[in-house]
Amino acid sequence: MAPASLRRVRAIAMKELRQMSRDRLTLAMVVGIPLLQMMIFGYGINYDVRHIRTGVVDLANTTASRALVADIASSQVVDIVARPPGAEQLRNLIVAGTVHAGLYIPPDFERRRIDGTRPVAQVIVDGTRPGVDVAVRTISETPLPPRAGTGGRKVPAIEVLTEFNPEKRTAVQIVPALIGVILSMTMVIFTAIGLVRERERGNLELLITTPVRSIELMVGKILPYIAVGLIQTTLVLLTGVLLFNVPINGSVLDLYLGAGLFIAATLGLGLVISTVATTQFQAMQLGFFTLLPSILLSGFAFPFEGSPHWVQIVAQVLPLTHFVEILRGVILRGATLAALWLPIVKLSVFLLLAVSLAAARFHKRLD
Amino acid sequence: MNGSAIAIEAHGLTRRFGNLVAVDHAELSVPRGRIYGFLGPNGSGKSTTIRMLCGLIQPTSGTIRVLGLDIPRQAEALRMQIGYMTQRFSLWEDLSARENLDFMASIYTLAPARAAQRIARAIEEYRLAEFLQRPAGTLSGGQKQRLALAATTLHEPPLLLLDEPTSAVDPQSRRDFWESLFALTATGTTILVSTHYMDEAERCHALAILDRGRIVANGPPQQLMAELPLQVLEIEAEDITAARSALHELKSLRSLAQLGLRLHALISPDEPQALERVKRLLADQHVQAVVREAPASLEDVFVGATLPAPGSEP
Repeated sequence: MAPASLRRVRAIAMKELRQMSRDRLTLAMVVGIPLLQMMIFGYGINYDVRHIRTGVVDLANTTASRALVADIASSQVVDIVARPPGAEQLRNLIVAGTVHAGLYIPPDFERRRIDGTRPVAQVIVDGTRPGVDVAVRTISETPLPPRAGTGGRKVPAIEVLTEFNPEKRTAVQIVPALIGVILSMTMVIFTAIGLVRERERGNLELLITTPVRSIELMVGKILPYIAVGLIQTTLVLLTGVLLFNVPINGSVLDLYLGAGLFIAATLGLGLVISTVATTQFQAMQLGFFTLLPSILLSGFAFPFEGSPHWVQIVAQVLPLTHFVEILRGVILRGATLAALWLPIVKLSVFLLLAVSLAAARFHKRLD
Repeated sequence: MNGSAIAIEAHGLTRRFGNLVAVDHAELSVPRGRIYGFLGPNGSGKSTTIRMLCGLIQPTSGTIRVLGLDIPRQAEALRMQIGYMTQRFSLWEDLSARENLDFMASIYTLAPARAAQRIARAIEEYRLAEFLQRPAGTLSGGQKQRLALAATTLHEPPLLLLDEPTSAVDPQSRRDFWESLFALTATGTTILVSTHYMDEAERCHALAILDRGRIVANGPPQQLMAELPLQVLEIEAEDITAARSALHELKSLRSLAQLGLRLHALISPDEPQALERVKRLLADQHVQAVVREAPASLEDVFVGATLPAPGSEP
């Protein structure tokens, strides 16, 4: 780049930083959004569902049936809060929402135990609540209390080994990916608004009559936000490690390289939005319009393996999908960037397309 | 750069926005080192023309040459040669006056020593010292305008395009501003300025009057006033309303404006003895009045030029 270009890019970047430092709301967002999201997702959300309010109907009421109920209660998956007299009353409690699951032990429990061909008891689950179904399923694996004559434990046929997150802590799954979500939230909107605001206030009409080039303007606008994005990344990582004991198994340098690439790609998307939107309000709306599918489809919170094929294709277009892949790879699985070459390539392609599209759409003209 | 005596030349300049013809076959020739004015009401095409001249808007048809450059094709080459002041204050309101100047100096890539010297000069010239550290958004209309002119002229452009620079400014600031413009022309700067103030238009070396996208008159203000093809009469009457209605049947009356206790009448040149005719009409209606011929003002020129042609509209 020519020295004149460099000087103009620096002037624009410095101006952006100066304006940002005077805008208290934006500054508050830079720090506030990551911290708030960390608290909500880190403390507030837990996939490892426990303490489900449960009703128990024990029509057998034998030593063994009471032992089974006690075993299930001690797993902490369920809290036994009601003991209705019969199946119908249990159902009514579920309909009313007083309990979300029920354990029904039939009167012929002892016979079924010996028989061994029919289930000894039944668990009823309120299917309207996400997560309860899966959680309660685990109690169906509770082994039966030992009976005289049939000593020994029941061993499951297949053992599940959860690697990299043996305690299955939600924070470990969510916090790394949260870096991507928080960056998506702030970066797209900052850049989109940054350019549109200048257009609304008339600054752009002045700028485009100066010798500044479109690409200099774009780069100058992006650079300060890359720095802001890396600060946010650090903030989320630090809270993740200090508050939620999220391990960083891979290289921190790899992590920041990946983050830098993602930030640039997201800023590119913001620039494209800024060439489409004519008011700050429109830019904001378009920003949120891209944010929601990113959060829902990127695999950040919901596994996209369950989505239909076309949704998975949409997810492939979203930069967050690939960054979540990189984040979980580097932070949790200790992967190197070389091993994660595929998402890296996809992100780079996205960055290239976004910046080219923005530069092509941005004219130094008013019409 | 070529040494032509003409700074801006445009032929058949036309711009349409959908069905609206914003600028309609404008012919322009602006000499170097002069202040050239665009006088016209809002929506007459002043801003659109200025924006086309600096390459911000593409003409629908017509040719433009500015400082020897073919516009819009060579618009980028023109950027260093012009200073453009938008109608609205377009510097950054959350930056201080000083920061705005520093930023513009960097954007025009002035060498650090020259930037420092030019900024120091501008601070003195445009009396910016008193509010240099204040955010530009908190400045008064006149201060903003001084700052904008300082920022626009840092790189010493030979051509300034000023789009209604004084629309949000008090009369004293307007006078100061025009003093600054004359100081700039003394150093050879060409200035194109649009306005809707008659007194400002009268200060220009030459001007074009725009009306609904067309240039309806152009030339030096004195010449336009001297050559106004209308007769100007002033009628002083006690009963203005009666005088007004007495003149109602004068078919050759083009315009009648009230100035306090006087009426200012523009009468078409084909009325042979306008003075006598008006006196007789007033006497017939028993209106006590003094009627005399008056010199044409620039406002008369403007009104005359923007009137619909006789007989064209009811």
